[in-house]
Amino acid sequence: MDETLKKQLEITATKIRLGIIEGVFNAKSGHPGGSLSIADLMTYLYFAKMNVYPDKPDEPQRDRLVLSKGHTAPALYSTLAEKGFFPKEELKSLRHIGALLQGHPCITIPGVDMSSGSLGQGISVACGMALSGKLSNDTYKVYTVLGDGEIEEGQVWEAAMFAAHYKLDNLVAVVDNNGLQIDGKIEDVMSPYPIVEKFEAFGWHAITCDAHDFDSIEAAFDEAEKISGQPVVIVQKSIKGKGVSYMENNVSWHGAAPNKEQYDQAVAELTAHLKELEG
Amino acid sequence: MADLQKKATRESYGEALAELGEKYDNLYVFDADLAAATKTGIFKKKFPERHFDCGIAESNMMGVAAGMAATGKIPFASTFAMFAAGRAFEQVRNSIGYPHLNVKIGATHAGISVGEDGATHQCNEDIALMRTIPGMVVINPADDVEAKAAVEAAVKYEGPVYMRFGRLAAPIFNDPATYKFEIGKGITLRDGKDITIVATGLMVYEAIQAAETLAAEGIDAGVINIHTIKPIDEELIAAAAAKTGLLLTVEEHSVIGGLGSAVADVLASKQPAKLVKIGVNDEFGHSGPAVELLKQYGLCAENIVAKAKAALGK
Repeated sequence: MDETLKKQLEITATKIRLGIIEGVFNAKSGHPGGSLSIADLMTYLYFAKMNVYPDKPDEPQRDRLVLSKGHTAPALYSTLAEKGFFPKEELKSLRHIGALLQGHPCITIPGVDMSSGSLGQGISVACGMALSGKLSNDTYKVYTVLGDGEIEEGQVWEAAMFAAHYKLDNLVAVVDNNGLQIDGKIEDVMSPYPIVEKFEAFGWHAITCDAHDFDSIEAAFDEAEKISGQPVVIVQKSIKGKGVSYMENNVSWHGAAPNKEQYDQAVAELTAHLKELEG
Repeated sequence: MADLQKKATRESYGEALAELGEKYDNLYVFDADLAAATKTGIFKKKFPERHFDCGIAESNMMGVAAGMAATGKIPFASTFAMFAAGRAFEQVRNSIGYPHLNVKIGATHAGISVGEDGATHQCNEDIALMRTIPGMVVINPADDVEAKAAVEAAVKYEGPVYMRFGRLAAPIFNDPATYKFEIGKGITLRDGKDITIVATGLMVYEAIQAAETLAAEGIDAGVINIHTIKPIDEELIAAAAAKTGLLLTVEEHSVIGGLGSAVADVLASKQPAKLVKIGVNDEFGHSGPAVELLKQYGLCAENIVAKAKAALGK
């Protein structure tokens, strides 16, 4: 990847992480861990990959993203705000009564392509969008992001079968493999491993990448572009809580908000990182 | 009326889809390995490129339909009522109802008239489940004419619609030349001053027959056909309650949460009146020929007559 672009994406990702912390802190609830683990992915998709139009969010030929792991809405919202779909100020009223930003993605929010949050359902909707696009010879692509715990849901595999059966090569699913779910390590709770081989057995082309390295992310999506006749899954190895030292790889940050002291520390860390990047 | 032609409303559904497929090129049909039974196979024969089998995976089918609707298509998702409203309830709620997507759910084999397959496949809960979903339209047509009109109305309506069809051949009592269907508008089939029978689906014709028997015995019973259970025709029900002061609901569905409950809600809030409910009581069905089962569960003209007379103290 071009070094200038990479630097820019790293800066944007850090801003998006700050937005995630801002949202969850002000909401006093929410899911920071899994939001931070997909921050780089969301940055890459919305700032280097997808055709989206903040001034006309409903453009029919836009690329779609269904956040199947809908509890990580703060990552989607912070990305959309950074992209200009709505004011960043909205992040401060996330989950508040009467606010635009609901606890889980809602289709009425500018830039949100589908309501989601009940795990396992988003990938099916993404399949429907992809099939629809193929039927109309549309040019848009459909992306869906799943949690590694989420793929314990049976519906994910119904959808996996469907996507391969109907050769949905305009669909890319990303599994965010941060290794942790609410009750602990995924292999201790209910192992979904081996993830790559499972998707391959279901007829998908599987790619792995480092979720926090833009070169690796780009290489994965470049490879996905070249695949035809089958859907693609990118299993990204990620760190839950990435970017905030005390949250990293700590399952207790799956669904908890930082207190003021913790918030200040997270903001200080991310701001310092941002300054470093901006030189 | 004994020589009326009969047709199962699932058949009407399949035929309507095939007909509407000509007019609406953005109409797509999804099925879950039941195309021969739900009769979407009729559509498939004519428009194979617009019919998609999802395999035995109803939850995914509802999501796929949601995605199709979110990108401008008109998808019909079809399977048995048990699996559409039951198994996939949460997908219908969260992926279709909450985003208020333009998905039409064609649920066949509703009620105990499924017959021999027995309790696991006799869905008596679907109306109750579907009407709790905000923004969901719930339609239960009575015969071929009404079923076809309902499917067309559903296509023209923007938003999620749940349609309930039966397996058993039902008498075609509506006249296609004069019949008019409007979502949310009940139909007065007969005026009466002593009691009003409010029926839906397969029970409407039984109600008509019951009213004739009651008339012969000097009881003037009105009959209302409520094909749309949600939004329900509150005005018509309240007016009937004001007129007769006694309503009798009949449905091939649980007495909990279906037509009877919806009518009770109207009476309680708009026009208090006495209400008697006929439906499947708090129990499961079982195997047997459909017509015999309907009689056993009291879902027949004879029982409507008996309950009406008892309510009137006659």
